[in-house]
Amino acid sequence: MLWETIRLAIQAIFRNALRSFLTVLGIVIGVGAVIAMVTVGQGSTEQVTADVEKLGSNLLMILPGEDAMEGGPAGTATPMFDLRINDLLQEQLALIDVSAPMSMSRGRVVFGNENRRTDIVGTDNRYFTAAGWEIARGRLFDTAELKSGKPVCVIGETVRKDLFGTADPLGEVIRIRKLSCEVIGLLKSKGASTFGNDQDDFVIMPLRTFQRRVSGNTDVNLMFAAVRDGVPTERAVREVEVVLRDLRRIGRGEDDDFTVMDMKQIASMLSGITGVLTGLLSAVAAVSLLVGGIGIMNIMLVSVTERTREIGIRLAIGAQARQVLMQFLVEAIILSLFGGLIGIAAGLSLGYLGASLLAIPFRPDAGVVLIAFAFSAAVGVIFGYFPARRAARMNPIDALRHE
Amino acid sequence: MTDAATRRLPLIHLRGISRVYGHGEAEVRALDGIDLDIDEGDFVAIMGPSGSGKSTAMNVIGCLDAPTAGQYRFNGVEVAGLSRDLRALLRRHYLGFVFQGYNLLARTTALHNVELPLIYKGMGRAERHAAAIEALAKVGLEHRAHHDPSELSGGQQQRVAIARALAGNPQVVLADEPTGNLDTKLSREIMEVLRDLNETDGLTIVMVTHEAEMARYARRLIWMVDGRIERDTPTEEAA
Repeated sequence: MLWETIRLAIQAIFRNALRSFLTVLGIVIGVGAVIAMVTVGQGSTEQVTADVEKLGSNLLMILPGEDAMEGGPAGTATPMFDLRINDLLQEQLALIDVSAPMSMSRGRVVFGNENRRTDIVGTDNRYFTAAGWEIARGRLFDTAELKSGKPVCVIGETVRKDLFGTADPLGEVIRIRKLSCEVIGLLKSKGASTFGNDQDDFVIMPLRTFQRRVSGNTDVNLMFAAVRDGVPTERAVREVEVVLRDLRRIGRGEDDDFTVMDMKQIASMLSGITGVLTGLLSAVAAVSLLVGGIGIMNIMLVSVTERTREIGIRLAIGAQARQVLMQFLVEAIILSLFGGLIGIAAGLSLGYLGASLLAIPFRPDAGVVLIAFAFSAAVGVIFGYFPARRAARMNPIDALRHE
Repeated sequence: MTDAATRRLPLIHLRGISRVYGHGEAEVRALDGIDLDIDEGDFVAIMGPSGSGKSTAMNVIGCLDAPTAGQYRFNGVEVAGLSRDLRALLRRHYLGFVFQGYNLLARTTALHNVELPLIYKGMGRAERHAAAIEALAKVGLEHRAHHDPSELSGGQQQRVAIARALAGNPQVVLADEPTGNLDTKLSREIMEVLRDLNETDGLTIVMVTHEAEMARYARRLIWMVDGRIERDTPTEEAA
């Protein structure tokens, strides 16, 4: 009997194939969107984790300000770091290999007729070691350039391509804001990061040059520290906190005025962004499923009315109310399951497409696929019940007379 | 369904059956205290002017409708007060229906239409198929088993409907204006099918019609007026 009911439902659905497809479109879109998003989300989370591991999960970022990551740039009240703090830190920390000071600004760089807005970074050679940058051509800064703050710079691949095209940048002088600066080195490209920002889009100059000629102060915006091999990151973070509190003379009971983050935290923060996006899309999907469900209810009501005589016949020859109810309920469920299946297929295809476009791994999630399947079945039950009950409650005599 | 005490009752036994629609001013007494006995193997035609309650009588006898008052013993068992679902079970196992408009499922083969009541009886596929073919053979349509109703003539469609009513092996077949949509020639064909079923298989048939000629195929004619039975006589042509 159940098999008969299912067969009958499939027949009824395919009898009006186009109408059935349009009916389930809402569910297709809802399910498809969630599956695509979760697939891309999982892929990018995996990519971020892999990137961070490649970068070295043993890196710490030390920023001024209490919740630096959440509150954006530190408030004016928070004292910045300076080179002295950075060097004292490196000296006093047993668990840290190097600590690189960094100052940053955005500005325009010009060569000939070409120009580009890019990140201007002031640091020293420790940064290249800590962050794993390699020189493609030319050289890093020498001691004299660092000490005296000479106008020299190392440029990223994107800046080179934009300003020089096919020409050789080495030895050329570019203008960074008002500073004329000789290009001494070119960094090996790292390409786009997981979140699409171009890691090669910057110019680097000695910290002293930056402080004197670009920012006009002696601030250091952040410190980039590499933990010694084999030391657990958590221990290194604690050590940094203790030493930095002491160096910045923070009293007992007072809050830190700086933030230490390891790359794992950064990774989880970036994944968090994916999570927020997934959440938003899930909300959209929920609305879409609701609308889809109403569509199914609507078309089932139409179908029940159209088939009033059929219902009358079935009742007359001995169908009980619950058998008629089941017939229409099963039809609604199968209809929305079809929608769910198409949605799953569409979502996976979109996810695959998105993953290859973003160059991240394709990671379909079996759990989400199952949940989507279950949800579409539930939509069928919830929105199919009312029309099915209407069919089941018909009076056979009236139903048979229906024109 | 029968026991010693009730065996003497006829198959269909109505006493004081009323069916009232509406309330107060709008009250309509479609059936007004009907007494009627129909024995197994009988062929009864119910006639009467429109509004005389003949269709309502048919619906009550067929357990499609429940009477407002009175006693209805089917096979000796009181069925007047049964619930909707129990009446459905009764129809499923003991009653077959033939309607004026054939009421076959469109885009469904004759065979599937005839199988329909058997599905509700819970019959297996092979058994169902055999029973449906047998029923189609009884109305001379086994060669049309795989045709859709739209490919059949009106007379053939009605014969499929009769086969559907027969497939479940019912005790009574109820026919509501079975020739209402057919011309005289086809009407006679259908009536002959019904008469043969009655004579050779001993099938009990209750039929509503407004055509005197068709009523003559029955053994017994009941004439209704205003919800009451006015005459109840054997037909001239009764065999």
